[in-house]
Amino acid sequence: MKNHKDILAARNSSMVHRHDDSLILRTAAIIILPLQLVFSVFLLLRGHDEPGGGFIGGLVASGAFSLYLFTFGIRALNRLFWVSPKDILSAGLLLGLVATVPSLLTGQAFFTALWFEFYFVGTLVKLSTVLIFDIGVYLTVIGTLMTMFTAIANPRVYRT
Amino acid sequence: MLVFVLIILLLAAVSPILVPKLALRQKVGWLALVPACLFAYASTYLPAVSEGQTFLQVTPWMPSLGLSLSFYIDGLSLLFVLLITGIGSFIVLYASEYMHNHPDLGRFFLWLFAFMAAMLGLVTADNLLLLFVFWELTSITSYMLIGFNHESEKVRKLALQGLFVTVGGGLLLMTGVIMLASITGTLQISEIIQQPLEAQGTLINVMLVLILMGAFTKSAQFPFHFWLPNAMAAPTPVSAFLHSATMVKAGIFLMARLHPAFAEQSLWSSLQLWAGGITMILGGVLAYTAIDIKKTLAYSTLMALGTMTFLLGIGHQAAMVAFVSFLLAHSLYKASLFMLAGAIDHSAGTKDLTQLGGLKKTMPITFALMVMAALSLAGLPPVIGFIAKELVFEAALAAHISLILVAVTVACLGVAVALILVIKPFLGTDTSLPKKPHEASLPMLTGPAVLLFISLLFGLWPGLADRGLIQAAVQAINPDAADFYLSIWHGFNTALGLSALALVLGVVLAKAWQPSRWLAQKYRQLSDIIGPEAAYFKLMDGIVWLATKQTRIIQNGSLSNYMTVIILAVVIPVGYTLLSQYGWPNLPPVSLPNIYEIMMVALLALSTLYAVITQARFASIISLGAMGYAMALIFVHFSAPDLGITQVLVETLTVLLLVLVLVKAPGFSNYASRGEIIRDAIVAILLGVLMTLLVLAALNVQWAPSISAYFIENSYELGKGRNIVNVILVDFRALDTLGEIFVLAIAALGVYSMVLLRKGRGTS
Repeated sequence: MKNHKDILAARNSSMVHRHDDSLILRTAAIIILPLQLVFSVFLLLRGHDEPGGGFIGGLVASGAFSLYLFTFGIRALNRLFWVSPKDILSAGLLLGLVATVPSLLTGQAFFTALWFEFYFVGTLVKLSTVLIFDIGVYLTVIGTLMTMFTAIANPRVYRT
Repeated sequence: MLVFVLIILLLAAVSPILVPKLALRQKVGWLALVPACLFAYASTYLPAVSEGQTFLQVTPWMPSLGLSLSFYIDGLSLLFVLLITGIGSFIVLYASEYMHNHPDLGRFFLWLFAFMAAMLGLVTADNLLLLFVFWELTSITSYMLIGFNHESEKVRKLALQGLFVTVGGGLLLMTGVIMLASITGTLQISEIIQQPLEAQGTLINVMLVLILMGAFTKSAQFPFHFWLPNAMAAPTPVSAFLHSATMVKAGIFLMARLHPAFAEQSLWSSLQLWAGGITMILGGVLAYTAIDIKKTLAYSTLMALGTMTFLLGIGHQAAMVAFVSFLLAHSLYKASLFMLAGAIDHSAGTKDLTQLGGLKKTMPITFALMVMAALSLAGLPPVIGFIAKELVFEAALAAHISLILVAVTVACLGVAVALILVIKPFLGTDTSLPKKPHEASLPMLTGPAVLLFISLLFGLWPGLADRGLIQAAVQAINPDAADFYLSIWHGFNTALGLSALALVLGVVLAKAWQPSRWLAQKYRQLSDIIGPEAAYFKLMDGIVWLATKQTRIIQNGSLSNYMTVIILAVVIPVGYTLLSQYGWPNLPPVSLPNIYEIMMVALLALSTLYAVITQARFASIISLGAMGYAMALIFVHFSAPDLGITQVLVETLTVLLLVLVLVKAPGFSNYASRGEIIRDAIVAILLGVLMTLLVLAALNVQWAPSISAYFIENSYELGKGRNIVNVILVDFRALDTLGEIFVLAIAALGVYSMVLLRKGRGTS
């Protein structure tokens, strides 16, 4: 570790390629990941009435995954996703489009929101095409960011 | 017809999945059943259409643009539908054998069927815009099929040439079609051709020229003929289908379709006469000089296309009868010739006429079929090609003496080419061939055999053809046409004499083929240097030269230059407009800031300053992050929690991305001189000042009433949500959001492909 470059090289290989040695970070990442994912879903679902929504939820979830990426490296993250981030991205776009179909089928203006409300065990449940659309946004945001992160963190990029 | 187009398109869509599965069991040929069924179904229209009935089917598509899915069936379009589905079935069967060991069979059939659908749409479309849509689709599918073997750079280049020429012509056609629609006041072809366009004038002439340019480029008329021989880079089934029997006839079809409307326009017919006449002679000469069997056929296709344009240019009834008969005859024999040429290539391993020889013994059936096809090409009895050629002579005789000269020249070149095609590969001595020749297999010979049988049948029994369809097709082009009967024997008349003359001269030319090779070669070398194709390549090289030059100047690779240019391009015009139109914005009344606000602004200013002056990379990234968080604080302070949350999250992830990227870069060094730093600082400050002024000005200006009130009122009423920001995002303005998530996806895929999908790195 003589000069600045060596230090940087060592640091970056530990950051993305190898498991980091920090016990605190590893333990924290494992605990935080599920909590943060649950929180992101919470934000997604409550978004229509309170601050939150698909975009914010997706960002929170991406934050959780990128913490995991930084701690355990890209291989571990790829194992965690059982599909490629690109597929999450396309699933999100597809849901976004699917949300437009019901209004077309019922002959209403494009993107008219349709609601389906019922009581389940005494609670008012509101399902809607808007929710489908918001889930689409949620998945698209996760897919976009994780595609970028995994692409940039990919060790093959820096092989010369 | 919409159903036809959709069925074939569906077949195209499933081809990439279906074809490889069928290929494993050698059953791809069964796909031919689909176009064959459509052929059978289309034939049920025959009785009604031959009695002069027409059918119109209209389904609205985009009424606001006047674009409807309307289809019109009369004699002309039904003739084309039958040719496309009929020949198409045999082509599919043929291709399943010809291409059977190609690894990318699925993609081939995808484009082949997509083309078939587009072509069916083109010949039946009743709406000019719809016709244009299909027109362009045929150009694109043709491009994909010519460039099918895309690993070869030469093939890509030739495919692009075809695309440029036809799509360039397509643009002209679109302009012409729009002019036509505004002149006649309707987009429906069936209405336009109800009566001839009587008006004259410059605009009308411009429109005619534009439409003709579209037709000429598509149908490879002089001076746009050069792309067609080069399209022979495509696999042979494609050449047989697109570049002889169907697509290249699209221009001819359009001219015939619009003929009733433009029959009175002298410019229309004289341009057709000239282009057609030159193309037919040029095609004949080039066919005679070529030595590649596919090229010979391509040039003879030019000859035929020229003849058809020529006949349309003559324009009287006899010419129309000749036109339809010739079109039918040509489609039957030329597709067969291509398939047979492909069979020879497939079996002997070469397409070079000077190398081929003595195949009669090893390929007797192919030989017999080739003789039949050549009879049609040469215009000899007893096939329909003979009748067609006699009619061409009669049409020329009824018009003008110079036209007879053209027709006879072309006829004797046709005889010579036909003789050469039979004699060179099949007769004569055996030659050493790249492959040991064998007889072609059944699927490859079925198509030519059936098509040539039909042309023989029509020749012996012309009533079958003229009662069936030719009469109706002629009436579609020329509504005043009287009844007529085709027959193979007209007695000893001038046309027969001309045929005999052409035959004799053709035999002489065929004799002279071998000795005249050196001359042919000289001629071809000359045409490489001058002529439209040379001009095309000059143009292409010029574009590349210009692109290289301007890239060197504008995109010189220096990021700070780009930024400077972009920022100044914003600052100067916007700043000028703002100050000249609006003047200096007034400061709004300022209330004394409270302690929170002062702290937030201080935090912003400090982190910005630190990000600028620090020498350490990480410190710079992190202070940028701090700046973003301070922004978030401001959002929260002014009660926009959603914005605040988003800002915090985006800022966090941006910092992470920057860390990931910048950690790989070499350390900070001082690349910039003091002067450059000052220059950059000035540019940056200019942008900052401009934005500040803009915000101040925007505060004072309210052009339209604010829509916020509507959102606040209706968020819960209509959107059933109390979070107005979210309701706007996913309900009121959901279409914007949909667009935005697609932009996100494109950005992600862009990063992915730039970083990972580079040659040599492979994909994950």
